[in-house]
Amino acid sequence: MKSNGQTADRHNDQWELWEVFVQATAGQPHEHAGSLRAPDAEFALQNARDVFARRGKVCSLWVVKAGDIAASTPDDAKAFFDPADDKIYRHPHFYKLPRGMSSE
Amino acid sequence: MDRSTQDYLFEYCLRLGDDLLVVGHRLSEWCGHAPILEEDIALANIALDCIGQGSFVLDLAAALKGATTADRLVYFREAIDYRNCLLVEQPNGDFASTLVRQFFFGLYHHLLTDRLRSSTYLPLAGIAQKAFKETEYHVRHSSQWMLRLGDGTEESHSRSQRAVNDLWQFTGELFETDEIDSALAGAGITQRSESLRNEWMQRTTDLLSNATLTVPADSFMQSGGRRGKHTEHLGHMLAEMQIVARSFPEATW
Repeated sequence: MKSNGQTADRHNDQWELWEVFVQATAGQPHEHAGSLRAPDAEFALQNARDVFARRGKVCSLWVVKAGDIAASTPDDAKAFFDPADDKIYRHPHFYKLPRGMSSE
Repeated sequence: MDRSTQDYLFEYCLRLGDDLLVVGHRLSEWCGHAPILEEDIALANIALDCIGQGSFVLDLAAALKGATTADRLVYFREAIDYRNCLLVEQPNGDFASTLVRQFFFGLYHHLLTDRLRSSTYLPLAGIAQKAFKETEYHVRHSSQWMLRLGDGTEESHSRSQRAVNDLWQFTGELFETDEIDSALAGAGITQRSESLRNEWMQRTTDLLSNATLTVPADSFMQSGGRRGKHTEHLGHMLAEMQIVARSFPEATW
């Protein structure tokens, strides 16, 4: 694992990169909407409001510095994800799903 | 509504609508030029809010006057017939100057909108009700910038202090109360402009002090916009804003 890197670059004269998560209605998950640059948390929220919330239906915003997100790397993929491939019994394919639900 | 109240109200709607139109047009001049993409979008959004609110008020003015439209009022009046305050027509200058102008006007407009929500003239109360939340956000945006520019680097501090000093002379006009103002306030349609002064001054003083900026000493205040006596900047702005409509008066798109 490594940290997302962008914000550590002190030679970069851009503001820090922030990732934005929006929630459409109460109870729904906050979903990743995109990223933007801002000098601090207050402006990250304001900019997120202007860039991502002006037209869509939004009831809550989260912003987080991109550099604070720990992300898996392509090198991790084999060890992390492949073992799930051949264990079909871990997937809920053997249940009858209620109408209107999808297993994907 | 009697004839004179209706005439006063028309005049009042021009003041309010022209303030919003002119400040909105000024902000729109930043489109594509702001220091960073996110702020470009923020300024354009605020510009659209102001122009949107202004068009509601100018629709109202046109209906009161009869035989005209908001578009006609906007594109075919001369500077001398515009009733906006001098503050909003001042050129953008640098980023600090735009944000100081926006804070001074935005706070005034927010306080006014708050009061107009209880106007006895329901069309105006309705517009104010709808605009109130937008004005709240505008004040938040410009206040946060003032804090960061004033209390930022040496350069941002000196640029914002210079903007405060230059624009201060245009703030007195916002609170001038004349015959029109008094008559409409008497009918419960508006508030006397001077009644907003104390709260504006208090909040402005607090914010400037938090931003490590100095409130200028009492000095001469410019006046005249409400009577059509404008600085030379408005004419230049209108020339650009009106040219297409005047060159092709019947154009539709």
